[in-house]
Order: sequence, then structure tokens, then C-alpha cells
Amino acid sequence: MAKSTSSDVLTLIRSLRSAYAATPTNLKIIDLYVVFAIATAVIQVVYMGIVGSFPFNSFLSGVLSCVGTAVLAVCLRIQVNKENKEFKDLPPERAFADFVLCNLVLHLVIMNFLG
Amino acid sequence: MHSLFQFLRIIDLAGMSRYRWILALLAIFYSSLSICTASIVRPISESHRSAALELFVPVDESFGSLENTYEALRTFEILGLEKTYDISRATCKAVLESLGSSSSTTKDLFYALKVNGILKCQIEAINFEGIATNMLAVLKNANSLPDFYYAIGSLLLIKKKPYFIDNLAQKHGFEVILPDSDGAFHSIKALSQSDGRWRYDSNGAESSTYAAGMALEALAGIVYLADSEVDQSMIGVVKNDIVKLFDIIKSYNDGTLYFNDKYVHSSDYKSPLEISAAVVRGVTSFAEVSSGKLNIPGNKILGLAKFFLSIGVPGSSKDLFHQIESLSCLENNRKVSFNAFVVINLFVLFFLLLQDLHSTCHLTSRHCSFIDIKGSTQVFYADLYVIDVNFKFRLCCMAVELNWFPKVDVTTVFGAAAPPLTVKLVQAFNSNSEGKPIIENQELHFDKENSIHYLDIASLKMDVGKYKLIFEVSLHNLEDESKYATGGLTSFSAFFTGSIKIDKGELAILNSDGGSAETIEKLDLSTDSSLSLSANHLQKFRLSFQLTTPLGHTFKPHQVFLKLRHETKVEHLFVIDSSARQYKLILDFLGLVEKFYYLSGKYDIELTVGDSTMENSFLRTLGFVELDLPEPPEKAAQPPPQPADPYLRYGPKEEITHIFRAPEKRPPKELSLAFLALTFLPLIGFIIGLIRLGVNLKFFPSSPGPAAFSILFHAGIAAVLLLYGLFWLKLDLFTALKALCFLGPFLIFVGHRTLSYLASTSAKLKSS
Repeated sequence: MAKSTSSDVLTLIRSLRSAYAATPTNLKIIDLYVVFAIATAVIQVVYMGIVGSFPFNSFLSGVLSCVGTAVLAVCLRIQVNKENKEFKDLPPERAFADFVLCNLVLHLVIMNFLG
Repeated sequence: MHSLFQFLRIIDLAGMSRYRWILALLAIFYSSLSICTASIVRPISESHRSAALELFVPVDESFGSLENTYEALRTFEILGLEKTYDISRATCKAVLESLGSSSSTTKDLFYALKVNGILKCQIEAINFEGIATNMLAVLKNANSLPDFYYAIGSLLLIKKKPYFIDNLAQKHGFEVILPDSDGAFHSIKALSQSDGRWRYDSNGAESSTYAAGMALEALAGIVYLADSEVDQSMIGVVKNDIVKLFDIIKSYNDGTLYFNDKYVHSSDYKSPLEISAAVVRGVTSFAEVSSGKLNIPGNKILGLAKFFLSIGVPGSSKDLFHQIESLSCLENNRKVSFNAFVVINLFVLFFLLLQDLHSTCHLTSRHCSFIDIKGSTQVFYADLYVIDVNFKFRLCCMAVELNWFPKVDVTTVFGAAAPPLTVKLVQAFNSNSEGKPIIENQELHFDKENSIHYLDIASLKMDVGKYKLIFEVSLHNLEDESKYATGGLTSFSAFFTGSIKIDKGELAILNSDGGSAETIEKLDLSTDSSLSLSANHLQKFRLSFQLTTPLGHTFKPHQVFLKLRHETKVEHLFVIDSSARQYKLILDFLGLVEKFYYLSGKYDIELTVGDSTMENSFLRTLGFVELDLPEPPEKAAQPPPQPADPYLRYGPKEEITHIFRAPEKRPPKELSLAFLALTFLPLIGFIIGLIRLGVNLKFFPSSPGPAAFSILFHAGIAAVLLLYGLFWLKLDLFTALKALCFLGPFLIFVGHRTLSYLASTSAKLKSS
């Protein structure tokens, strides 16, 4: 039972990988960026777990910066993905410009909150 | 007087009632001391002479620098003490050295000449002609006020000695004449400001009153030295400046006037005394050389003189010199002035009390300061005086032993007698009758023997109280009026004190049924009495008495209190109101049981009657009343705990310790650094991932225009991020937003160009 489960898992992962390999490179780059941002956020959360939440606003702005940019990256991915018919008419350059602008506004707020 | 009662209260609390009367006398003495020291103005007197001898003491026949020597010698000269020290040998040596040396500054030469003027050193050895030529050369190139001042001052000193001139003129055919006097006059005048003050030099922006004094003295010197007459219109302009200068004079509350400057640098600070002295020197010397009248009101000059006198006897030699010299300038002005100008010899009105030495002395302890002036009389000067109106009554019983009159002495600032004049008491106000004068236009009698003006109080019927007396001095000869400043009206405050008669004193216990009296005790408030009364809560307590002044009017003191004190030291204070001619207090014990905390037992009765003009103010125990009050109900308030020792109030207060918030715990530094490194790991992973994905810059525009825009776009983003970093580190929000206002549109522009180019290339690719 256990063996079949593990082989199922292996099969699942393999099929997932092969399906993912077909993803366009630019989406992969965005995925990588999201993973990078989330990983940075996780490291900060772990640090907070070890030493405590003082100074809280610094911690909060650090984590929110990572999570915020990850969310924005996910939005970018949705708009850039050609499979999404909803954003078919939207050029990827326009989506990228939105991404850059939103990031700049987000980080202005973050910097103000950082203290 | 308030302090008196405070004091009496403390004595009483300390349980020293046996010595109370002695202490009360002491307290009266103490309180009058505090009044008299308020502001005392006296003419220059012996005390100034002794102060001068104490402050100016030569060490090794020298007073120090030539400037100090001059100040000492000049002070001695004015006070008539020039024979005190013989310092001419050592000082003359220093003078000759200074005058002979080529390295001496103009200031050194100026003071050397001044000292020489007083000491009259050996003049054959001095090359006056050389010095004068030097000074004329200095004057030609001078551009700052001190240069002008010292050079002109020195020339003036050389010229002013007829002794020198005769000698020099005979020997060398030499005479001091200022060749271009108009030019020098104009150069100094160019430094004046619109408000009457002067600048030190043409570059300096700061104007100063002290410089104005120097400039006026220098201008006076030029007029004196001039070869031809100086333009009268220019002298008129300077006179106008003097009037403007007196418009910015400052004043103290007591009517004294002085000059002062605002200082930017503390290094050149000059005291108001020094500045006022400089102005007085300048104005009087200018007035001396100019013809016509100076329009300075006499009361301003008198205010200045009062300022110098109000200093009293200064503690420092410089202050003493400035005080004495300025007063001497004001005093001696008439001697050198042949013009009918208004500055001024002035006299100050002194108000004083004379007391015959034969009088009994127990009252004199109230007066603080006595100076023996004319042998048989004692005089004291002050702005507040205590005058006894009871003297009339005392005269009856003591024959002519006690002889008090308010008297007015009119002298110049140096104490010299005034010309024939009349002193008039223009108005006298009582503090009770606001605005309406009690006495008007009463002329004072003149005692020729002592040259004292005095007022016979007995005929005026002045009652006890605080009075404001306004005097006016009018001169008999009209020509004196242009020489003397009397300062218009002079006002004094005086307390007229007296014994207040207390009669019809009565203490009664009344029944509540319509007020039939159960006990009535007569009170004799002139002696301590010990009445014993008893009452219950259904009865009333009544105290009444009358206060009359020596002239028979009803007297209203500041303080009339009754105090009831229980055995347990619980005190109750009642203010006694006056109704018609009587002081009356009725205590209804029924309404007071709660206030008395239902405490039955013995209550001491204490009566306080006090006023600053009442000589027999008292705080006296009348006796006690035995109160029988009902039992307290359950919820009755407890009496407050009495402080064990009233002096504890003045003891040190409890120390206040501040508790600061403990600093937050910080993690070890290594751990934080480790996590800093850890946060870079995902970034490295991201870069590795990008490389593995085979990211390239294939789409980066190759043609120069779009490439430049593209580079600018990335640089713009980097700049915004850098700005954010700076915002975090040091900039404030407004600075950061201002910078962002410029960076944002730029970024939008280049971003739009870059991305639209990319979009068009990808569209072309698709279509192909």
C-alpha cells in the first residue's frame, strides 16, 4: 500500500514536471521570482519565530514587501499567460509596466513603514 | 505687614506667647526694613567718598593702566579727595613714557594726556607739537569712530590747557588748529543712523547708543577745535539727532530712565550705566559748544539723574567712576554754559523725616536708615515713609518731646542747596478714596535755618492709611528755570500709622428663642483676658466690637479673624464682617455641628485684627468656650488628621525616582547576521534558476535610440529604488516625494518609449 502510494506520488510529480516543461520560459521566470519572494518571506518569518517580533513594523514591512511583490508577480503571470483568454488583448508590455508601477508604489509605502 | 502676621502666627504655634510682645516689636522692625529697602535715592554723600577710597587703592603708587589711573584721579577730583594719595612720581613716569614712545596707540596717548591734565606733570619734556601733528595725521586717515574720538580728544586736551598753549606758542609758534574741520565733521556725521544712534565704522551694520555718546563728544571737540565756525545748519542736524536719541531712552517702573543697547556679540558688552554715562558726556559736551537751545524735556534729564543715583554706592570702581562723572557732567553744566540751553543742573526732591534727638526712641526702630546730617537732626531718605499721625495726641501727653513732621529737602544731585523755590503739595490721595484728592495745593513752610521745607500735618487732619503725596517744585526766579530741571511732579507713597481704638467689645452666648442672652461678657481688648463660657448646640455665639481711628472715623483693617481651636488642635477660622460702624460675628452652633465634627469640649477663642497702618495690630487669646455638642451619628465625617509639626511643611520633599522603560531584548548579533546571509540565498537561487532557464538579453534593442531609452528606463528604476533607500536612511517624506515627482514622470516617459518599442517589435515578429 505504502509502495504504491510512493510510486503514485512519483508518477504524479513526473507528470507534473513534464506538463510544466511545456510552460513558456517567461512564465517560468515569473514562477521563479514568486518562489524567490516567498522563500525570502519564509526566512524572515523563521527569524521572527526565533528572536521575537521586536521591532514589529520592520518585520511586518519586510514580510509584506516579499508577499506583496509575490502577489503582484502572480497578477503579472495571469495577465501574461496566453491561455487566459480574458487578457488576450492586453499586451505583455503593458502588464509589465503595471507590475513595475505597482511595485514602486508598494515599496514607497513599505519604506515609509519600515521606520 | 503680611509677613508680620505670618511671623506672629509661627511664634504662637511655637508656644512662645510669653515673649510674643518682644518678637512682635522685632517683627515690626523687620517688616519696615523690607519696605524701606525698596528704592532709596540719596544725593552723593560721604558714603560715596569712603567707597571711592576703598575701591581706588594704589598698589606701588600706581592704579594700574593709564585708563584706570585717569578714572581714579577724576573720581577723586570730583569728590574733592585729590590730596588723598600722592602717586604723581610713578604715574608721571608712566605718562612721559607713554607720550614719548612711538609705539603708543592713540588710546594710550589720549589717556596719558588726560592723566597729565590732572597731575600736571613736567611738560617741558613732552613734544606736544609732535603728538599734535601725529594726531592730525591720524585724523586725516581715520575711518572708524574710536579713531576720531581718541584723536580729537587728544588734540582737545593739548589745546585746552592755556598753560601749554602759551608756552608752546611762545617757544615754537605752535597752535592746535584743525584744518579741515567741516570734512571731519561730515565724516563722523556720515556714521549716524536715523534713530539718533551711531555706527562704529562705515562697514559695521550695528548701530549703538554708546557710539552715539562717543560721536557727540568727538563732534563737540571738532566744533571747539575748528579754525572757522562750523556750519550752523550741521549743528542743528546734530541737535535733532540728540532729540531723537532721547526718544529711544528706556525706563524702569520707578521712573528712572537709562540708555541700553542690544548686543549680538557678548565680547563688546557695555552695561546700561556705561552707555548712559557715555551719552551724558556726549550730550553735555555738545551742548557746551553749541549755541541755542536743546529741546530735551527736563523730566528725562531728571530720570537719568535718578538712574545714576538709584545705583546707590556702586561696588566696582568703574561703576563708581561712571556714576560720579556723569552726575558731575549734569551738575557742572551750568558753570560752563553761557547759552540758555536746557541742560541742566538739576536737583532731586528728597522727602525726609526729621526727628528731634530729644524724642523718645521706641518709635525710631521702625525706620531703617539714618544718616546724621546736621548734628542735631537725624534724617532718612526713602520712597516709603512712616509718619505718625498720633503725634498730636502724644503732644498732649508728652509735652513737646516728640516732634514729627514730614519734611522735604530739595538739593542737587551732589547735595548742594537749591536756589530759592517753593515746594507745594499738589495732591494727596488716600488709598481708600480712589481718585479723589484729600488735600490740594498746600504750600510747604520753609525752615531757613536748616533749609528744609516742611508740612504741618496736624492742621491737615490726615487720618491713618496709605497715602500718595504729589509734590511740585516751582522756582522763584525765572532765569533759574532754564538752568534747573525739577522734573515736574514728584510722587511719594507714605503710610500714616496710628493706634486704633477698640471699644464696645462684647462676647455673648444667646439662646435660640429670639435671642435672649444667657451670658454677656464685656471685652477689654487692650489686655489679654481669659473668659470662660459654656454653650450647647442650641445656642448662638456673638462677638462684636468697634474700631475707630485717632480722628474718630471707623477703621477697616485688612484682617479681622476669629479662630476657634479644639483641644485636639482642630481649628476653625471665621472672617468677621463689618456692618455699619460695628464688627459683628454670630455663630449658630446648630448649623455648625457637622463642621465641628461633633467634637464637644473646650474651644480656645483667638481674635486677630491687623493692618499695615495699625500700630496696635494684635493676635490675642480671649479665653475659651466649653461646647456641648450632640453625639455623632454613625456616618459622620471624621476630623482630618492634624499635622504633627507645621514646620514639616518646609522640610525636604520625598524624592521622586524615575522609572524608564527597560530596553527591548535584542537577539545575538551572530544570529542576525546569519539570517541576513540566509535572506540572500533565495536571491542566489533565483539567479541560478534564471541561468538554468537560459534567460538572455536577445530582445534588448540593438539600435541606439531604443537602446538608450531602455538603459535610461532601467537606470530610472534603479534611481527610484536608491531614493527609497535614502528615504529609509535619512531623507524625510517630503524631500523623498519631491524627488519622486521629478523621477516618476521621467520613468513613465522612458518606460513608455521602451515598452512600446518592444511591443511593436513583437507585433512585427508575430505578423511575419
